[in-house]
Amino acid sequence: MDRAWIPEGVQRCSAGAFYSWMALWLFVLGAAVTTALLILWKGLNQTNMNDYFGFGAWITADLGVIALGAGAFFSGFLTYVLRIKELKALINFAVIIGFICYSSALLILTLDIGQPLRGWFGYWFPNIHSMLTEVIFCITLYFTVLTIEYVPLILENRKIYANPVAHTLSHNFHEAMAIFAAIGTFLSFFHQGSLGGMYGVLYARPFAFREGFFVWPWTFFLFIFSAISVGPTFTILITMILQKVTKKRLVPRESLSVLAKIAGCLLCGYVIVKIADTYYWATHILPARGLTFAEQYHGYQYGLWLLFAEIGLCGIIPALILITRRLRENDKWLVLACALASIGVVLNRFIFTVQTLAMPVYPFDKWYIYFPSWQEWVTSMAVVAYGAVIISLSYRYLPVFPYERDLNPPAR
Amino acid sequence: MSEHHEVASKEKYGMVIDLDKCTGCGACTVSCLSENNHYVREDESDKLRSVAWMKVYKVTNGEPFPNTKVAFIPRPCMHCDHHTPCVSVCPVMATDYNPLTGIVSQIYTRCIGCRYCVGACPYHARYFNWWDPVWPEGMHKLLNPDMSPRMRGVVEKCSFCNHRLQKAKDKAYVEGRRDLKDGEYVTACAEACPTRAITFGNMKDPESAVAKLIKSPGAFRLLEKLGTQPKVYYLSNESWIRESGDNALGRKKTARPA
Ligand code: SF4
Ligand code: SF4
Repeated sequence: MDRAWIPEGVQRCSAGAFYSWMALWLFVLGAAVTTALLILWKGLNQTNMNDYFGFGAWITADLGVIALGAGAFFSGFLTYVLRIKELKALINFAVIIGFICYSSALLILTLDIGQPLRGWFGYWFPNIHSMLTEVIFCITLYFTVLTIEYVPLILENRKIYANPVAHTLSHNFHEAMAIFAAIGTFLSFFHQGSLGGMYGVLYARPFAFREGFFVWPWTFFLFIFSAISVGPTFTILITMILQKVTKKRLVPRESLSVLAKIAGCLLCGYVIVKIADTYYWATHILPARGLTFAEQYHGYQYGLWLLFAEIGLCGIIPALILITRRLRENDKWLVLACALASIGVVLNRFIFTVQTLAMPVYPFDKWYIYFPSWQEWVTSMAVVAYGAVIISLSYRYLPVFPYERDLNPPAR
Repeated sequence: MSEHHEVASKEKYGMVIDLDKCTGCGACTVSCLSENNHYVREDESDKLRSVAWMKVYKVTNGEPFPNTKVAFIPRPCMHCDHHTPCVSVCPVMATDYNPLTGIVSQIYTRCIGCRYCVGACPYHARYFNWWDPVWPEGMHKLLNPDMSPRMRGVVEKCSFCNHRLQKAKDKAYVEGRRDLKDGEYVTACAEACPTRAITFGNMKDPESAVAKLIKSPGAFRLLEKLGTQPKVYYLSNESWIRESGDNALGRKKTARPA
């Protein structure tokens, strides 16, 4: 039925099977849109946030997907600026994942602010001292860059490409890709950093506060570091999942291994810096405010296990797997490492977002527990359905993987 | 961010609350609610979503009966003077530090409701409007015309009754004066307190009552180690109450809200 739209020389499932698959995801997405409308209509009382937890599941989701989406800019930087040729095989897909992550972050942010119609005030009345201002500007600009990087791929659809205008446009975009990759890298460095800076500057919130360099608290650099280490692992993870679902090899194993090795080295560096940061925080920053390290953790939900899970299980372990050649060459170990690292970065963002607010600053206050409402869960989880829809459409109709044909020669 | 805006001004408003006089009656909270046009929902049992610009905390010395001691800490916005946490983080400059008066105010029509300031304020002095404001039939006639009500989706907080300062200044201007006399501008809570535990005034005027009280030996501020430099001071002769105001290494956290 849609044969003419499918790239030449590749195998895709029947239209019937594809649309049934899509119907499933669109149903989930429909439920999320309905929930979002309910929230916009009734207000943020539909969430479980309150005056202690001004930030919750949505900000965690935002920061999580932005960190995971860092694979796009960092792979672009490695491919176009450092010219690591193996990564050409998955740069398109990395851009699509980045596009999904950033567009969903922007959508969730719109839902998260109490006055969505005033969202544009961020550009109109910017407070140059606020890290959030930098985030708002850089994320929007970088999303534009991602769109510019995604568009040429769309133009390469067999039918669209037949149009001479689309053809020329696509060609010109491709020529400029290195420039966009460089701009993307610059913007990403800043907003990934500013997201970390948002917490580090909270000098009256001892759980999050960090000293730093010039106007940037250490969290600024830690967030960049964690994003560039984990972003690529997420790109690998999603590629592996797609290969599993489509039962095809879409990217040469060599490309995944190269990216995994780079991510592994970075993750090792990050884990060391993060441990040093935690040590300094526990021994200098907290005592100066009359607080102890033990007081920063509480009960089951905010227990010390979070720290071990984040740095140990989801930091040290994946880092070791990824730098060990024998393990990263094994698909199962690679998937495990990438999944752990991705969970780790989301956990890190959760801890900075929620635990910062849960920790009682007054000596006469107590810990409060936050658990998202179903409305927050549904809208946050919608990112998965949204991602599945975009990836499915792109995979079916666009030449996302340049080596797919060579890796899957037609059966005689 | 006050340190960047330090200007020559004769005014800096502050408050002193004598905890040894406070009985925890809550008149300050009620007068604040009424002065500043708060609405009250039918169910206000969720205290983490209930607006109280002036909130009264209850603390105890943590000792078992019969040695238990109780005190109350009324907590307005501290109008932090150093690198005001909420002001520096707001992405749209919807919260403002006035270098002429030291008052930290909120621009409701500018606020986008991102709640970053709520996270930045360690005193929990900021409140988000989770619902549309609704007043019982006819009650809107009792609203204070000098104070704008807030809409759903924005953050609000104690303004040191900023509108009363405007009024006092207008009056002085009509009378041909530039400066205000001590006591001419006071907040609603200070006026309502039956035990006169709350004193409000210009800290830069050495003759004002607040300027004298903040020099008392029993004066302290909440969470002083954080370095926010609150303009709200507390007085108490009881050392356990003074110690309840800040975290201290090695001291057991005994003061707990009831
Ligand atoms: S107490 Fe909170 S709301 Fe008031 S000035 Fe300080 S940081 Fe801002
Ligand atoms: S909630 Fe309003 S006042 Fe607070 S930081 Fe956001 S825009 Fe500024």
